Amino acid sequence: MNATRVDLEKVRIPALLLIILLLLIALPFGRPGYTVVLVYTIVMYIILTMSWVLFSAPTGYLSLAPAAFFGVGIYTSAILGMTFPLSVVICVAGLASACLALLVGALTLRLRGIYFAFFTFGLVELIKHFVLWYELTFTGTRGRFLIPVDNNTIYYVTLAILVALLLTTYLIRRSKYGLALQSIGEDEEAAAHTGIHVTLLKVITFAISAVFMGAAGAIWAIRLTYIDPYIAFDINNSFMPVLMAIFGGMGQLYGPILGAAVFSYLREILITRFSYYYMLLIGIILLVAILYLPNGLAGLIQTWRKKAWGGQHANT
Amino acid sequence: MITFLNVVIAGLLLGGLYALIAMGLSMQYGVARVANFSHGEFIMLGGLTTWTLYTAFGVNPLVSLAVCGPLTFILGYIIHRTLFKRLFVSSASPDIFESNSVLASFALLFIIQNIASIAWGPEIRGYSYLRVPVNLAGAVFGANRLVTLGFAVVIGLAFYLFVTRTRMGKAIRAAAQDPATAGLMGVNIDLVLALCFGFGAALAGIAGMLISLCYPVHVIMGQEYTIIALIVVVLGGLGSIPGSFIGGFVLGIIGSVVTHIDPGLSLVAYYLIFVLLLLVRPTGIMGR
Amino acid sequence: MPILEGKGVTKHFGGLAAVSGVDFHVDQGEVVGLIGPNGAGKTTLFNLISGALVPKPGTIRFKAENITGLKPHRICKRGVARTFQSVKIFANMPVLNNVLLGALFGTSNNTSSTDAAREATELLEFVGLSAAKAIPAKDLTLANQKRLEVARALATKPDLLLLDELMAGLNPTEVAQAMELIIRIRDRGITVFMIEHVMKAIMSVCDRIMVLHHGKKIAEGTPQEIATSKTVIEVYLGE
Repeated sequence: MNATRVDLEKVRIPALLLIILLLLIALPFGRPGYTVVLVYTIVMYIILTMSWVLFSAPTGYLSLAPAAFFGVGIYTSAILGMTFPLSVVICVAGLASACLALLVGALTLRLRGIYFAFFTFGLVELIKHFVLWYELTFTGTRGRFLIPVDNNTIYYVTLAILVALLLTTYLIRRSKYGLALQSIGEDEEAAAHTGIHVTLLKVITFAISAVFMGAAGAIWAIRLTYIDPYIAFDINNSFMPVLMAIFGGMGQLYGPILGAAVFSYLREILITRFSYYYMLLIGIILLVAILYLPNGLAGLIQTWRKKAWGGQHANT
Repeated sequence: MITFLNVVIAGLLLGGLYALIAMGLSMQYGVARVANFSHGEFIMLGGLTTWTLYTAFGVNPLVSLAVCGPLTFILGYIIHRTLFKRLFVSSASPDIFESNSVLASFALLFIIQNIASIAWGPEIRGYSYLRVPVNLAGAVFGANRLVTLGFAVVIGLAFYLFVTRTRMGKAIRAAAQDPATAGLMGVNIDLVLALCFGFGAALAGIAGMLISLCYPVHVIMGQEYTIIALIVVVLGGLGSIPGSFIGGFVLGIIGSVVTHIDPGLSLVAYYLIFVLLLLVRPTGIMGR
Repeated sequence: MPILEGKGVTKHFGGLAAVSGVDFHVDQGEVVGLIGPNGAGKTTLFNLISGALVPKPGTIRFKAENITGLKPHRICKRGVARTFQSVKIFANMPVLNNVLLGALFGTSNNTSSTDAAREATELLEFVGLSAAKAIPAKDLTLANQKRLEVARALATKPDLLLLDELMAGLNPTEVAQAMELIIRIRDRGITVFMIEHVMKAIMSVCDRIMVLHHGKKIAEGTPQEIATSKTVIEVYLGE
């Protein structure tokens, strides 16, 4: 009797995920058009948020670089999109972002976390200025156009990136490196004295997170069809993942996904109805989350669950 | 020779402005331990307030110094007393407070920028005051630029002396080094930290007013200045107010030289300096 | 045969010399004590040995190899482990995982996760924390947190263990237990170098004692010699 109950527990979550995945794959056939666009937009935000969480959550290093990597992906798509197939473009975008991340990481991650926050905050602005200058000086253009691709392709590629990201996150978390990353966030000096090559681990994890942000940018660019440095390197794309992760709560794996899903949907509503006050509302929500919801929505849910089940599962 | 003078004066002007905004941020980060990423928004508020006072009410910009400074000071003071003090109490460790306050300062960035957007609209604003040519050793400068330079240097110096020579300044430096002990020594820590945050905001507001004398102002101008302030603070040494003063001028002169060569590359040049700093001497000029 | 040797080890902070021209050695199998008034430079010396700080100037050799300037994780893999004065455990992780990390990363060979789990469990038993293995480390008592730190350090299979004020904050029963633990560690063949203020422990457990004052070594010898040394008594011993 006990054996079957344990088996059900183990199978429950993967089965649920599989069902969701199958539903998502089937979506474009059942509800094409606007719904597909809405869903891949939400998936895009989930990718940015989960990639951000991959590095920043366990280590505690606040990265403000997502917009930079996302933008690199966008520009890779714009530059290579005409001559190379989509799969190549996406891989190169991921690689280019990873290279940038390795550079930034090697430079700043051997120092205190605040240097990392400072550097990544200005990074987006810096790259924007640089690309603008370069394009105006050498290429003679301000923006670039991209060949449009049908929505379904964009949808499936985005979904594939998400699945790859979730798999990577899961594998890292389960491995000894996931544990090591956590220890870095707990006490970096103690981690170093336990034999963990702290800087290397941070830099590599940072680069891995950048791969997915770059890939996401590459596919998103196609949706935009026209890009320029201001569109590609928008600091909002750094704030949003952070906000969504905090709002969703980083204690549980599903927290950031929940946060991103709820928030990006909220965003669509807020942007159309309250475009004047949009940033203000976002800022207030972020403040409320920091002050009153330290564990985010997921934390709230955990607290409700604990209260509902009483002392039964106290030791989990 | 004339070009040289142009570049030097421009460099000192830029340097004075950078010194002010960096000292402001240094007050907030060095003492109150808040890395305030919304610092630039206070600069923007100072600039746009001055513009409104001048274009709508004809108030002399130099006089509106007396408005911008106190206004932004009060805003900063209140924000610290309500938001950051609260965050400090609820944060389990100084590291957690550091990241929480960074995030809170983002939220502020959004909130302040949006409110300003609603109040002033997205257009770029500018006004003309004292744009009278002044002849200095053969080179011609706008009087407004010289006045701005003068004010920036004087205010900066005054503030520098305040922090290093007065009793209040001593209390502030004590609080920066060790808030707990300073508190035990009879320093009203809550008051000092909030005051410092307010001072930091005031310096930003004043800098904004001075910037508006020479450059156009608009609602999204803040971010670039925040980044510059961050770089100067690192250049001068994290938490060193004298360091920010010196660092501001160093970066200003470099900026002026680079702008002379190619205006679009100034931020890139600043970041290269940032990179060099992090590679060679992250503790900065005056850092320990 | 010295397993650890330092020559002319010096470290300045600003204008102040925290450690100045200290020559020291620890022989294999010894339990050596390091005492001195507060601020004498004891923890700084440990930081210099473990790689948290770099001596300037000075050299440190471990197992006859120069380890000066190596990063802490490399020094750990070579066989030096330490505990910290302010107990630095991984607070939000279960007790077992704290020790597991030491087993997984602390040696220069790749330990499989099954081996690491087994070693970690054994070590928890060795220090007396088996019952607590699933509890978050922050929920342990101070004495148990110190035991955990020791277990984590031992998981890295050290030849030399640096203990920084293991007994600080412990009541007399706990002090006795800690002393007994040190002896059991010594019996496993691990050399111990310990900073301590609790005189009773130092005098009874150590083979040899070094005394630091204002960053300089002012005396060295057996517990008997140190207890009767005029220099030391003048400077420090009052208990």
